[in-house]
Amino acid sequence: MREYSMVDHYPVSARDFATAGDASASIKRKLKQLGVDSAILRRIAVASYEVELNLMIHSVGGTLTMMMSPDEILLVSSDAGPGIPDIEKALQEGFSTADEEARNLGFGAGMGLPNMRRNADEFSIQSALGRGTEIRMRFRLQ
Amino acid sequence: MTIAGIVDILDARVLCGSENLGQEVTTACGSDLMSDVLAFVKDKTILITGLTNVHVIRTAEMLDIHCIVFARGKIPGEDVLSEARELGIAVLSTCHTTYTTCGLLYQAGIRGNNDCVPQARPAAKAE
Repeated sequence: MREYSMVDHYPVSARDFATAGDASASIKRKLKQLGVDSAILRRIAVASYEVELNLMIHSVGGTLTMMMSPDEILLVSSDAGPGIPDIEKALQEGFSTADEEARNLGFGAGMGLPNMRRNADEFSIQSALGRGTEIRMRFRLQ
Repeated sequence: MTIAGIVDILDARVLCGSENLGQEVTTACGSDLMSDVLAFVKDKTILITGLTNVHVIRTAEMLDIHCIVFARGKIPGEDVLSEARELGIAVLSTCHTTYTTCGLLYQAGIRGNNDCVPQARPAAKAE
């Protein structure tokens, strides 16, 4: 079992467009202060922002957790529903179920999950209808 | 090219971040879809958009974008500008459309930042 020296939890509310991105901004600022390489940090920030927006747009609310060890950052997003009916479809670029409000703000292009997968060194997603979704993204620091 | 050079080419107004006009820019991205911006942007990029909500600034922060150009003469609200100020992002406004803005910058040597490799087109069928 890996030891994480830092574990931070950020609650993300459903449909709160005004504060969406606050958790990712906090994570980015904190990791920058800790001296994480800027190219790795940008990948972490993009993946974190995408997953936070997904929590806000699609879930009933959830938590974004950032864990740090000397050699990696682990981001875990978990929510209590509604779950993704077809994960393979959701992972396709361009597939989106985002509504008009999200689209008006510039989101919902169907790039979220593919972009998370592209930026993380390891990406896994598990989802059950009615129970929720958990996404784990690992970023190597060395 | 520096952000100051971009201001000249676009005949733009500097809404905030004038202290950063000496920063270098190598590529640009023009889009109203922040999802696409998050997917394609690389280093030292400016963002050209017609979208004026605070998520444009948040997106820029995540990607280390130091300059945003609002096209079609759009001026974002004070909430957007104050967030940009806090983050040291230069915000410009130009009366050109997004298309013209991109064209003027491309002509001046600023390129896009995707890795598009055009696929060979299938040979035309003989009649």
